[in-house]
Formats: sequence, structure tokens, C-alpha cells
Amino acid sequence: MRKVRADLHLHTCLSPCADNQMQATAIVEQARKVGLDMIAICDHNSAENVAAVAKAGQRAGLAVIGGMEVTSSEEVHILALFHTEADLMYMQDMVYENLPGENSEEAFGTQVIIDEWNNVVGKNSRLLIGATTLTVEQIVDSIHRWAGLAIASHVDRERFSLIGQLGFIPEGLDLDALEVSKPCSAGREYDYPVVTSSDAHFLDDIGRRSTCFMIETVSLGEIRKALRRELGRRIVGN
Amino acid sequence: MKIAEIVQELNLAVWAAKASLDRGVTGGYASDLLSDVLANSKEGNLWITLQIHQNIVGVASMKGLAGIILVNGREPERETVEKAETENIPLMVSEMPAFELVGRLYNLGVGGT
Repeated sequence: MRKVRADLHLHTCLSPCADNQMQATAIVEQARKVGLDMIAICDHNSAENVAAVAKAGQRAGLAVIGGMEVTSSEEVHILALFHTEADLMYMQDMVYENLPGENSEEAFGTQVIIDEWNNVVGKNSRLLIGATTLTVEQIVDSIHRWAGLAIASHVDRERFSLIGQLGFIPEGLDLDALEVSKPCSAGREYDYPVVTSSDAHFLDDIGRRSTCFMIETVSLGEIRKALRRELGRRIVGN
Repeated sequence: MKIAEIVQELNLAVWAAKASLDRGVTGGYASDLLSDVLANSKEGNLWITLQIHQNIVGVASMKGLAGIILVNGREPERETVEKAETENIPLMVSEMPAFELVGRLYNLGVGGT
């Protein structure tokens, strides 16, 4: 087994609030530079830049997990990470069907779709910064229906976090982990594994926070085992 | 002031804990961030919110709030109604938006603390 450093929460230029320099090759280069072995791309309510970063990562030998950061009707952010592109697309379809509104670039920023060489191939016109009409429970159930991992984003923050919005974690919510944005005690009173991620919106933020896993291969399946402490896999630090 | 009087004055729909409407109200608190309600609401407060998740009942119960009014005619989730019934937390719905509702409550003598 080996120690794998992962930052499981990065945005790209698709997120209206993220810097436009968050492009495929730049993200991968920066991730390599700061010593990450694995990243996950989680734009707000969309996964349309996952393929671009994944291909750029493949060229550079960096593992890229496809995901998205889904906003619930309670305005709670939930990370959804998937093994396959097909599963990720099922989730994206469901999110799009339940995401009202159209983006205003002036108000919220641009939502640029790129290819693996950073060429602009389109723009997303949906209101990605908005909330879906899905409850936290519906989102977690959907993620698991497509074999993904459900992680509550930045529970140490007030806004858009499960604990901030809902006061406490609803009993029986089947989360795979909680994410904190810095080493802290938030969420430790609950019986969930805790990971630390950067939630990078700018290149310089990539890897500023991360989680180290002791796992066999660099894959989401192994991350799942580590979260469950199966077969010696485990979290070994942040 | 009792919740029953407020229900009548403001034409609220009562969704749960009808038997507990004789409860007195010490004041009001309006917020949609449940962590903020946990931190800053006071016992006996009537809580005005648009959140319909069942955790609102947990928060009201923990803080000993007098009851919850949902704004904009929002329909509570089924689990929320059931939990409010079990925990005996009056759950009401107003057709008014929060701003209007809070103003009316203030005029009825329900203060901010």
C-alpha cells in the first residue's frame, strides 16, 4: 500500500464563482507541482468540464475523479463523486432536471466549458449558482443509486454547509464522509469519516488543503475502502 | 400572547400540534439558517422561516421554541409534519412572505426578543 495525497474538491472555470484560469492543463500542472496524486473536479451543479481535466490528467499521470457539488433545496452543498462517466452523467441529468433558472454573467460570472487543451467549446447557460429542488436526502440517495460517494461539503462553514443550514446532521443520513475546509473540530462529534479539501476556486488554492489516504491503487474504490477502514485502507492525515 | 390568537388574527393554517396552541409566545425570531436559530433564538420564541426540512422541528424542540411559521405558503415535508406532531411543536403556514408576516406579528405585539 502507499500514501496518496488527494484534494477531492476543485472547481473549474465552469463554476461562475471560480477564476477563469481554472482550466484543464493549469489545474493539472498546479496539482502536480504541489504534490497531489489525485484530484476530484466538483463544479456547482454541473460536470461538463470533468472530461477535459480527466484527459489532461491522464497525459500527466494525475488521477482525476469526476464529480459535482450539488446544491440542495435547503442550500446545502453535497459533493457527489463517481467511478464512471456514465454514472456521473446520470447524476448530472437528474440535477439539470431539477435546477431552475438561467445564469446572468454580469451577476454571477461566466460558465465556460473547455476541452483538454483549454479551448473554449461552449458555455453553460443554466443557473449553476442556484439551488436544485432536491432535498439533501434525495441527493444522497441518488448519488448512491449510481454507486457514488456522498460527502457533505465544508461542514465547518456557516453558509451552504449541512450543519450551518440545517443546524445538525439529520439522523440516519447515509453520508460517506464530511468535508472540512481546514483542520478543525467541526463534525468530529458525528460518526462519519472526515476529509479535508481545498474547495479551490483559484489555482493557488489547489492542494492548500488535502487528505492523505493509505491505499493500494489510486482510485475512487480505494478511497471508499479507506473511508470505511476496510482491508487496512485508511485516512492517514491531512 | 397565545399562538391560538395569532393563528386567528393572521389566518394561519395549522399543520401539526393543534392541541398545543394555547402556548404563550415570548417574542419572535426570523432566520433560515438553522445554526443561527440554535445560537440566537430564545425559549418561547415564535420562529419564522422558509426551511421545510424536518430538522426545523429538532431545532425548535432543542431551543424550547413556542412554534414555527412557514412563509410563502410553503408546504412542509411529510417527515417534518410527523415529527412536529410527535414532538408537540405547533407548525403553521402563512401565505404571506416573511417581511409582511413579521410586520404583522410586530403590530400584534410580538417583539424581537
